[in-house]
Amino acid sequence: MGHDLMGQLVQYIQSYLSSDQTPGAAGNMFWVLVYILAVFVGLSIAVIAMNWLERKILAHMQVRLGPMRVGPHGLLQPIADAIKLLLKEDIIPAEADVAIFWVAPFMVVLAAFTVFIVVPFGPTHAVTDMNIGILFMLGVSSLSVLGIVMAGWASNSHYPLIGALRSSAQMVSYEVAMGLAVVSAIVMTSLNASGTGTLSMIGIVQAQQEQGVWFIFKFFPLGLIAFFIFAVAMVAETNRAPFDLAEAESELTAGFHTEYSGFRWSLFFLAEYSAMIAVSSIAVTLWLGGWLRPFPNLLSGSTWDLIFSLFPGVTFLFLAAMCFFNAVRMPKHPFFRIQTIGLAGFGVVLGLIGLVMLVPAVRIRVQDIFWFAAKVATFMYLYIWYRGTFPRYRFDQLMQMGWKVLLPMGLGVLILTATAGLWPSIQHSIWHP
Amino acid sequence: MAVDTAFNMAPVATPFFFYMLSGIMLIGGILVITRKNPVHSALALITVLLAQAAIYLMLYAPFVAGVQIILYAGGIMVLFLFVIMLVNIDRAAKERTFNSQWLVGIVAATALGGLFVAVYTKGNNIFPEHALSVIENDNTQKVATMLYGQYMFAFEIASLLLLVAIIGAVVMAKKRI
Repeated sequence: MGHDLMGQLVQYIQSYLSSDQTPGAAGNMFWVLVYILAVFVGLSIAVIAMNWLERKILAHMQVRLGPMRVGPHGLLQPIADAIKLLLKEDIIPAEADVAIFWVAPFMVVLAAFTVFIVVPFGPTHAVTDMNIGILFMLGVSSLSVLGIVMAGWASNSHYPLIGALRSSAQMVSYEVAMGLAVVSAIVMTSLNASGTGTLSMIGIVQAQQEQGVWFIFKFFPLGLIAFFIFAVAMVAETNRAPFDLAEAESELTAGFHTEYSGFRWSLFFLAEYSAMIAVSSIAVTLWLGGWLRPFPNLLSGSTWDLIFSLFPGVTFLFLAAMCFFNAVRMPKHPFFRIQTIGLAGFGVVLGLIGLVMLVPAVRIRVQDIFWFAAKVATFMYLYIWYRGTFPRYRFDQLMQMGWKVLLPMGLGVLILTATAGLWPSIQHSIWHP
Repeated sequence: MAVDTAFNMAPVATPFFFYMLSGIMLIGGILVITRKNPVHSALALITVLLAQAAIYLMLYAPFVAGVQIILYAGGIMVLFLFVIMLVNIDRAAKERTFNSQWLVGIVAATALGGLFVAVYTKGNNIFPEHALSVIENDNTQKVATMLYGQYMFAFEIASLLLLVAIIGAVVMAKKRI
């Protein structure tokens, strides 16, 4: 009897493998859980990597070395930081509203992580595909502002309250421009034979595939302008430099999370970075063709397919080669022996991952995820670049930018996009009344 | 999918979820009117609105659920909190929250209770016998064709009203026009 149950379970697990749907759409609980776990682990690793990369890249932009002590080239620094944060004393201010102070960080983390159930890493690589995908992402990510407001108010202190007020005003303002830019991309999805668009994240990418163009290049320059509006609004939406007035150190100490420490603070940190990844994936899905590889039409054919499918493995092998190169360049002093071995070991791990990704069965399944991740990674680099180069805005400048520049631009782009989409039929009715 | 039914996912619209969500809404609603602290009330109201969005999802109306989250929980309630946070809580908590309009209250409560009882006893004729088989996959598209086709006029009137409200807010807020 027990054996029979095991057989059924295995059959249930295998039944999804032949399906060409997302596990959520196929209704397979096992694979849904596997995907959720994979997304969660992947995100956590991405946040850890982002922590290290941000400090390293910022340091190099400012001609510093950045973290160098913990592990080779500071590779283990994020882990050391995480241990420090977990061991730190957790302080709740005496006058704080304890219940709300407790709930706020979880609210922010929940909002930041929940959106990832509709992010399409590939045609079937999403936890589920919702009919309202993009609406769900915008809605749930807008809930994070509630967490920020709760945190700022519950701290019962001046800096957090002002930080929370600034952040909520900023997020509510930029959501409007962001929404208009998103709508103009959604309008573009309806330019097909049936004339109906879609809000589903997978559907949006498939629309770009069918129309043979990424929406950033559609109706040039309209798609580009909409993308630009979104790219500005998403930086403001995530409270990052140059729009990080909510946590402007010189004025507000640390803004809404001034009173938070230890584990709770690290939850805010986790939420901030996963929210950055989430909005970047919206931008990638809507304008940059999601999981589609570059030039699917121009460079088509099996040879190009093969070359592009080798990219993930080659990237990891390149990273491995970088590790070995730097391991060789390490000072030959005994102090550095462990670091050299560690860096070489890291290179070996990366190289093995790269080799596994070259196996045909793996590389076909991995390439969608790779292209999606590579595009998102570009945005993450841009975030760091902005932080390294732009000075912080003043608050009235920020509001002016949101309401007087981006909002009219967004409205104009939306109207022009709709007109351009209807242009063939307008033309037709003019010439053939 | 020829899989044994034991492992198949149950439909979302189970009575359990309905009772859970309505329970959350009821508790949240009671908290909204009983909390002295207006911020706590607002947060309870947000809980109610989110649970309501989940009930819309159960009714296979994902578009309404998404709009509910964006507009109410994400937009309007943030502005609510924005204002409430600037109120001096200590003073507000000492003031009496209820103005005692017992007569109106009792009449309204009796009317609503009577309505509920009437619906419960005679409800069989009002409601359809079977659950509607709504296709969830093109819910948004259906809403769109309805709004911009059949109910175009009502939709435009509603947007005109909103426009008037926006202009009115600008006129009231601006000293010199």
